[in-house]
Amino acid sequence: MDEKIKKVSIIVSKGSLEGIYPGLIMANGARMEGIEANLFFTFFGLDAIKTKTIDNIKVATVGNPGMHIPTLIGALPGMSALATHMMKKTMAELDIPPIHEFIEMCHDAGCMLYACKASVEMFKLEKNDFIEAVDSIITVGDFYEMAGGGEIIFT
Amino acid sequence: MATATLGGKSIEVNDEGFITNQEDWSKEIALDIAKNLGIEMTDRHWVVVNYMREDYAKTKKSPTVRRITQNTDVNTKELYALFPGGPGKKAANIAGVPKPAGCV
Repeated sequence: MDEKIKKVSIIVSKGSLEGIYPGLIMANGARMEGIEANLFFTFFGLDAIKTKTIDNIKVATVGNPGMHIPTLIGALPGMSALATHMMKKTMAELDIPPIHEFIEMCHDAGCMLYACKASVEMFKLEKNDFIEAVDSIITVGDFYEMAGGGEIIFT
Repeated sequence: MATATLGGKSIEVNDEGFITNQEDWSKEIALDIAKNLGIEMTDRHWVVVNYMREDYAKTKKSPTVRRITQNTDVNTKELYALFPGGPGKKAANIAGVPKPAGCV
């Protein structure tokens, strides 16, 4: 067997349901294997840790070829809500928690949660706009420092 | 297939140290596996291990970390503290059930 991975730092840059889940599954999966894990939320990825948006994350039905529905239909009112509802149902059956619970779970499992300082400033946000589990707002330099010696994954 | 001396007996285990015949399992074996993993079993460890065995008997699947925390009074933080460095895998190993196959 090759050398084991000891640390992963995962960047979540998208704010859609399908953009957020993979990073969370990988971070939580790392902790389950005893691997150190960091989650770094940047740009629209911040929606995953903002109190206002965390419980309202939706599937993108427009500009998402994986949905296999024409863009114009995907743009109809209610399509995104419908797709989100269906996907959430399937995930609940698979025992995959909703985003809010999943992020708290990653945090309780020892995964560190960080918000990207540049994005926080760009969207004019403050520490208290985020859920309590967020450890701190850090710069890209801080991120590279804490990611040192591990793998970096961009999602 | 390898064998290991657990609970004073020679027991068949796979290459990750999981016992291969679930019927072989006993408390003594569990204690020895825990010791090999560097875990000293307390009542709280047994809450998790016993639940894993019950759930496996019912579903024929090893419960995931989330399933354990939802169906026992052990929360995520405590579970990671009880079984450092891989709670699902280590608890399953001690409980004599297969490694949890879920991703969550």
